[in-house]
Amino acid sequence: MKINTILLNIGFRILAIVAAFLFTVLIIAAIQAQPFEAYKNILLGSIGNPQKFGEVVRAWLPLIIVTSGLMVTYTAGLWNIGVEGQITMGAIFTTAVLRLLQDQSIAPGLILVLAIIAGAVGGILWASIAGLLKIYGGINEIFAGLGLNFVADAIILWLIFGPWKRPGVGSMSGTIPFKDTLRLPTLPGSPISIWPVLIAAFLVITIYIVLRGSYFGLRLKAIGKNIRAAYLKGVPTAKYMLGAFMLCGLCAGLAGAIQVTGVHFRLVPSIASGYGFLGILVAMLVNYQVLWALPVAFVFSTLNTGSIQLPIVMKLDASLSGVLQSSLVLFVLLFEGVRKKIMGKAGDG
Amino acid sequence: MPSPIKINQHVAIMNIQLIAIDKSFGNVHANDHINMVIPSGTIQGILGENGAGKTTLMKILSGFYQPDSGRILLDGQPVTIHSPSDAIQNGIGMLNQDPLDFPPLRVLDNFVLGQKGGINLKAGKARKSLEEIQNKFGFHFNPDNYVENLTVGERQQLEILRLLYLGAQVLILDEPTTGISAEQKEKIFKTLVKLIKEGKTVIFVSHKLEEVEGLCSQVVVLRQGKVVGEAKPPYKTKDLVRMMFGKEIKLAERYSCKNETPRIVLKDLCMEDSRLQIKDINLQVCRGEIIGLAGMEGSGQQLFLRSLAGLVVPVSGEISVDGKLMNRKSYHNFQKAGVYYVPAARLEEGLISGFSLTEHVVLVEDQRGFFIKTGAHRLAVQNKIKNFNIQGKPESQVEQLSGGNQQRLSLALLRSPQSVLLLEHPMRGLDMESVIDIWNKLQDYCRQGSSLFFASSDLEEVMRYSDRILVFFGGKVSKALVAEKMSVDQLGQMIGGKGFERGA
Amino acid sequence: MDSNTLTSIAGMLALAAPLLFAVIGETFTEKAGLINLSLNGTILLSAMSAFVVATSFNNIPLGFLVGGLVGMLVALIVAFSSIALKQSQVAIGFVLTLLCRDLAYFIGNPFMGSPGIRVPHLPIPGLVDISYIGPIFFNQDILVYASYLLIIFAYLWIFRTRPGLMLQGIGEKPLAAYTRGINVNRLRYIYTAVGGFLVGLAGPMYSLSVKVGWKGSLSGLDGLGWIALAITIFGAWNPLRAAFGVYLFVFLQWLGIVLQPVLIDFPSQVLQVAPFPLMILTLLLVNIGNTEWVEKMLAQTPEAFRRAIKKLIRIVRSSPPASLGVPFEKE
Repeated sequence: MKINTILLNIGFRILAIVAAFLFTVLIIAAIQAQPFEAYKNILLGSIGNPQKFGEVVRAWLPLIIVTSGLMVTYTAGLWNIGVEGQITMGAIFTTAVLRLLQDQSIAPGLILVLAIIAGAVGGILWASIAGLLKIYGGINEIFAGLGLNFVADAIILWLIFGPWKRPGVGSMSGTIPFKDTLRLPTLPGSPISIWPVLIAAFLVITIYIVLRGSYFGLRLKAIGKNIRAAYLKGVPTAKYMLGAFMLCGLCAGLAGAIQVTGVHFRLVPSIASGYGFLGILVAMLVNYQVLWALPVAFVFSTLNTGSIQLPIVMKLDASLSGVLQSSLVLFVLLFEGVRKKIMGKAGDG
Repeated sequence: MPSPIKINQHVAIMNIQLIAIDKSFGNVHANDHINMVIPSGTIQGILGENGAGKTTLMKILSGFYQPDSGRILLDGQPVTIHSPSDAIQNGIGMLNQDPLDFPPLRVLDNFVLGQKGGINLKAGKARKSLEEIQNKFGFHFNPDNYVENLTVGERQQLEILRLLYLGAQVLILDEPTTGISAEQKEKIFKTLVKLIKEGKTVIFVSHKLEEVEGLCSQVVVLRQGKVVGEAKPPYKTKDLVRMMFGKEIKLAERYSCKNETPRIVLKDLCMEDSRLQIKDINLQVCRGEIIGLAGMEGSGQQLFLRSLAGLVVPVSGEISVDGKLMNRKSYHNFQKAGVYYVPAARLEEGLISGFSLTEHVVLVEDQRGFFIKTGAHRLAVQNKIKNFNIQGKPESQVEQLSGGNQQRLSLALLRSPQSVLLLEHPMRGLDMESVIDIWNKLQDYCRQGSSLFFASSDLEEVMRYSDRILVFFGGKVSKALVAEKMSVDQLGQMIGGKGFERGA
Repeated sequence: MDSNTLTSIAGMLALAAPLLFAVIGETFTEKAGLINLSLNGTILLSAMSAFVVATSFNNIPLGFLVGGLVGMLVALIVAFSSIALKQSQVAIGFVLTLLCRDLAYFIGNPFMGSPGIRVPHLPIPGLVDISYIGPIFFNQDILVYASYLLIIFAYLWIFRTRPGLMLQGIGEKPLAAYTRGINVNRLRYIYTAVGGFLVGLAGPMYSLSVKVGWKGSLSGLDGLGWIALAITIFGAWNPLRAAFGVYLFVFLQWLGIVLQPVLIDFPSQVLQVAPFPLMILTLLLVNIGNTEWVEKMLAQTPEAFRRAIKKLIRIVRSSPPASLGVPFEKE
């Protein structure tokens, strides 16, 4: 690519970021609050605070796991909106195993390992349903995924208010918290556990290498760019698409498992915490380049963690982080469209 | 440019004059200084091969394209036709080969859609109008029937009715009889004759010699974008064919198929798709033989090739490759048996836009381990570039290559050994040098034992390179004719539909 | 039936009304060929905006107008991004649904819990006295009456008028519509705007009527937009069938509440997610004829059987507008 084109691309990206920033400033001002104070508080409540910093990292890890999984499906040209439900199912499976084995005389470490594997299985299972509906039922994965999200939501609510409810009345605060031995051990003085870090590192690096440098990755990419030509060239497209779904489900399920064993220590209705949709946003923003997802996800986690205290400190709703994140993606998409239009008019190839 | 003038539609005279119409698409000069006069009250036939420029010219006349230069005169007045709706306002209506109608809607809806009027549909009035105009021409459509239940022929008829109702004085029919029954054809032809008796004008674009000869008041022949001749009845088929396809050409060295076990055996093969049915193909092809599939596009060659490739499951019959029965095996199994299919749409189906040459090579080569070692493949890529004379670097993206180089790449990507090569219009849009180069390569393959099927609408090419020829016409397939013994005339006539024995 | 039950059923109809607006609005948009995935966020944003405006200016109609305009604006962003900027409708719609939801929560935050004003009930004299039917159908507010009319109007517009025929045309085969002189993109903008306006009206119908007030994430409105999308598909792009879907959904909800004391162990969530399996079933029926494995299977059956099956598939399936989601290029 010519140097001019690259500069132009970067220029438009920066413009989009600035536009998103201005947009949110406007919004904050519109409700008569101080924009820069809001930003200051967000930063203070996250990376500016050593205790909160750990929480940012703890939120960052499941996010990058989910995003990496989404890279796989996106490479294959699939819109895996059902990833939110896949996280939920992973969490449910994990909780089920923990509940099943918690009173057995098995080493807690082993129980945790089994539970986390179960989480992966749950995610794979849920993703496979969406995949099969698409491949053999011809159903667009957006609607299948959406439907399955809702079904997963229903299942988790039923479990929390039904069979798995706390003694007495079921409540939104979820199931009984698991005992200490069944929680992921954390580093001293920090909410971060080493295990999610290792899992995340392994998954991110593996997926990066696989997508970039393996035959599997190349074939997925071929399917994403031109599924018909890929098929004609001999790629077993159905198998590969299902494989992509399952791989993403694996990641989502693991994220769910981490949420149960390392963050909430029980099953809550919002266990997926919107990571599914957030992961899609991150992926869209970095244009599906795995390495860029790491810093961008970190920024998103910072925003999320930092906004938690906005209601207390400034009487602002924590959804400000969501506004920032979505408007970023929106403006990037819009400016991308404008850029393509202008470049097209200039007769550029 | 003169301002558009609306012709009084009630004056039923419409002479059309095309003066120096010119239209190019990139490098392709589709219409080259075309002059034509079409008197009213006649059926003007326009004959020509694929790519001769007929459809482009008609699309200009009906408002889909704008000519690069030239003028259109209607009854001596210059007009500019900016869009299809402009055209119909000037009284010109065109029937596409693929009907541009709305299958999920009813006949009445299709008839009415697009007519000017208020919010109120006035269904009652519309029904009456439909009935009136139907009766006038002897059609019997049920207004509440859904268009998707109609056959293609009926859809064409409905479209004719609609255009007439909107006041079309000129009807352009582009290959209207593709895929319709003889009965419906007769009905349409009767209608056309009635129309010209009323003083309307009909332009009949076709490659079907018998129909054109039987129907048209005069015929204009296009070739390679130019008008090459005209004819009036009584028509001499030989002359028409010669104008359409050009002179006799020299035939190349031919491979003679020795009597050995055939490589491919087709027994009582029947296949179909939404438009065509091909019945009872019996064919044996030996190693190194080249079979040319002649005929206009859409006559069944694609269906035939795809069935041989395993992409379409034949309705009945058998395909054997190298003695193995291939029925109902998947497309990928056909590939493993050495049957390779190269589609005509290079960038849409054959190659992957956004992938480099190297990536394509890696995609088709044998997998060595889990991770791609680019080094191992670099040699392969470079070899292919050298052997096939591809103008491009390993990192070049395929969409940046010229058509000729894309086709070379497609060939280079086929893994050896190849038992059967199935090529769909392989030389379409290629420069002369590429064509010669690629044919040399293909003949090499055949010398090494591969059998080759190729579809082409270029008569010269079919005659020059085939050992035997199958002619396709509306789903009918001729017996395999020995190319050496064919003349351009004969082949041209068969492509135009003549000389097909009943039940061949 | 005692008056409590009647009131309860009437309440169910009132709940159906906003959903009807949203579903019929989206039906218009999709009939024209565009998908507006942002419904979930739009409804939240329009509900909040309408509430804020209405209570600040003590003017209910103004609130409704603002709600509708918000819906229209968001829908136009989707249309513009797709038609003019050629970006993916799915991507833009998805981002907008999240953005609008978060905007609704954020901007609406200071107004949470404020006392709301409510659209007054307008029992229709005479009709309301008909036994059984009266208290159910005719003791509602003006918007519920409007929703009855909307169903009929939408159906008549699409299937019985000339412009409605054009609408069907541009959704099915824009190229053919263009050939007949129709300005496809202009109509797409218009119908997206209209559809978006109707969706936008659904918001205030909650915040100013059925679920008065704004309670942020506790207002129970999150998810309704997705349900509206599901019912649009189930409704097969036909206002009558869509209305059936809406009433069916609301009925199942109502059933869930009514039966809760009776069936203690039955998961009420089953009824709540009912639209989604229904939607998936509808989609299966739509697409099943087209999948490769079905085609391969059919290829081996005798010809007559094959034709009969294909005809059956064509009748059973509800076909989406053939060009749904595909931008229109003039050649």
